[in-house]
Amino acid sequence: MAVDTSRPLDPAAGAKGARGRGGRVHKDGTPPPRGIRNALARHWYAWAMVAPVVVVIGLIIGYPLVRGLYLSLTDANEANVERTIGINHIPATYKTVGLDNFKAILEDQVFWDRLGWTVTWTVCCVALTFSIGLGLAVLLNRRFAGRTLYRSLLILPWAVPAFVSVFAWRLLYNEKNGILNKVLDGGGIDAVPWLNDPTMAKASVIAVNIWLGVPFMLVALLGGLQSIPGELYEAAEMDGASPWQRFRHITLPGLRSVSSTVILLSTIWTFNMFPVIFLLTRGGPGDATEILVTYAYRLSFVNSPRDFAGASAWGVLILLILMLFAVVYRRSLRKQGEVW
Amino acid sequence: MRDQRRGPLASVGLHTTLVIASAVAVFPPLWLVVTSFKPKSEAFSTDVVKNPTLRNYQHVLGDTEFLTWFGNSLFIVVITTILGVFIAATTGYAVSRFRFPGMRPLMWLLLITQMFPVAILIVPLYNIMSTLGWLNQPISLIVTYLTVAVPFCAWMMKGFFDTIPVEIDESGRVDGLNPFGTFWRLVVPLAKPGLAVTAFYTFITAWAEVAYASAFMTGEDNLTLAAGLQTFVNQYTSDWGSMTAAAVMIAIPAALVFSWAQRHLVAGLTAGATKS
Repeated sequence: MAVDTSRPLDPAAGAKGARGRGGRVHKDGTPPPRGIRNALARHWYAWAMVAPVVVVIGLIIGYPLVRGLYLSLTDANEANVERTIGINHIPATYKTVGLDNFKAILEDQVFWDRLGWTVTWTVCCVALTFSIGLGLAVLLNRRFAGRTLYRSLLILPWAVPAFVSVFAWRLLYNEKNGILNKVLDGGGIDAVPWLNDPTMAKASVIAVNIWLGVPFMLVALLGGLQSIPGELYEAAEMDGASPWQRFRHITLPGLRSVSSTVILLSTIWTFNMFPVIFLLTRGGPGDATEILVTYAYRLSFVNSPRDFAGASAWGVLILLILMLFAVVYRRSLRKQGEVW
Repeated sequence: MRDQRRGPLASVGLHTTLVIASAVAVFPPLWLVVTSFKPKSEAFSTDVVKNPTLRNYQHVLGDTEFLTWFGNSLFIVVITTILGVFIAATTGYAVSRFRFPGMRPLMWLLLITQMFPVAILIVPLYNIMSTLGWLNQPISLIVTYLTVAVPFCAWMMKGFFDTIPVEIDESGRVDGLNPFGTFWRLVVPLAKPGLAVTAFYTFITAWAEVAYASAFMTGEDNLTLAAGLQTFVNQYTSDWGSMTAAAVMIAIPAALVFSWAQRHLVAGLTAGATKS
């Protein structure tokens, strides 16, 4: 039988001896002794193995985070931060302003407009990417001539660096000379302003992001499908279950642990998907395709004077929204018995 | 794998769907390749190469810093990949096999790291790198890319290790190996497909990163490919010919790594799903 990858990782499962290694359960079954010494003796293997990640993340993410939080409470901008002009060193003159930045942002309609579009963008992208990925994975999860070829072709977008792909799409989308409009023209249809009309631009960026995201979904879900034991399907067929019933009651539950992870990750990635929007439309036309992240970037790197405090405050808000989402998501998974 | 009885209609439907999907997947990069062989003046013409030319490639290789950027990228990416795979594997293994204090916070940390928008980190990171004197040094990008790639890779590796039967570790322990020995001698060889996927992901992340590369590296000699490519098409110039030729040459190493990893990609995700 295949190993069940969704096996809960709670102590009860380990107590049966299946995965109780690493000093969690003592050989004689007595409760583990207390104390730092003991903890160190029992867990140093595990701690040594995760130490590099913790150190690197702590330094490179921890410090910038604290600094970002601090800046979000100040009125720092290009004109008052510490800087060196020629040989003159000018010390910082910005001061803390408390929660004023957040108040200003939340009272501004711009934030709510951008949030609305960012949520729409994320939901559309993730839902469509997942559905298309799942559909293709189900198709590919059988034996037929050309399966390997199809699979290689379908995951090809993954092999191309994303910024290269985005430039390729800009070639296709070009309003006057792009191939898409030339083809439509051949069919007697007027040129479509792919990136210049607010609605079309939104659809276009979503399409590109789906194109970029499907290969990852496909591979992850195909892996998940192949770990579902074939006996389950045979038994279901024997019992007269229709294809739809088999999909609904075997495939979907069998994929749950893989899909919960990929949906969570791809939601986070899409919410923060900077390069696609930035390189395709720069947030335009107007600010139709501007998501929260590109707007925050614009505040500190494009607009003048550069508004570091404002950008940091936007960044903090983005982080809060995503963390809220992750907590709610994990809660709902837990209710279904998933633990991590 | 099951059910090979399929009606002719279902067969036609299956292949039609897959052919259309494959065409959509392949076309944009393919068009880029086609465009790169066109003379500059015809970059936007829809004909499939009327007068094929290598002029764009000659220009990019001969008259620009492309090869320098290529070397910079390669160096950074190789180091990042080796370190990243190793760190992700040990972390994934620890999280998969051991229950230890701090494990749950660690899982959270790995997840939350994914949530950080570039926008909030880039200014403080720039300050750190400049304080350390690491600006324009490859190490600044190596360290940054590790924090981008490793958390996800560790998650992925945890998934692989979860599918490798614990009995294998137990037999190693019985034979007198310590946990590191078990990991290195028994589990790592079994997890090769998983490691291949991790290596590929780290490689592609580092190879294609734009924002940090543009911020930390200045001066023609220090740019990486992603940053260098933008010099062809920006608000002042739009040299689509050079851009497409360079893009194709940037995509080739990625495609090579991909074709090496791709037979592991699917197999990798089911690596340990053997009989147990």
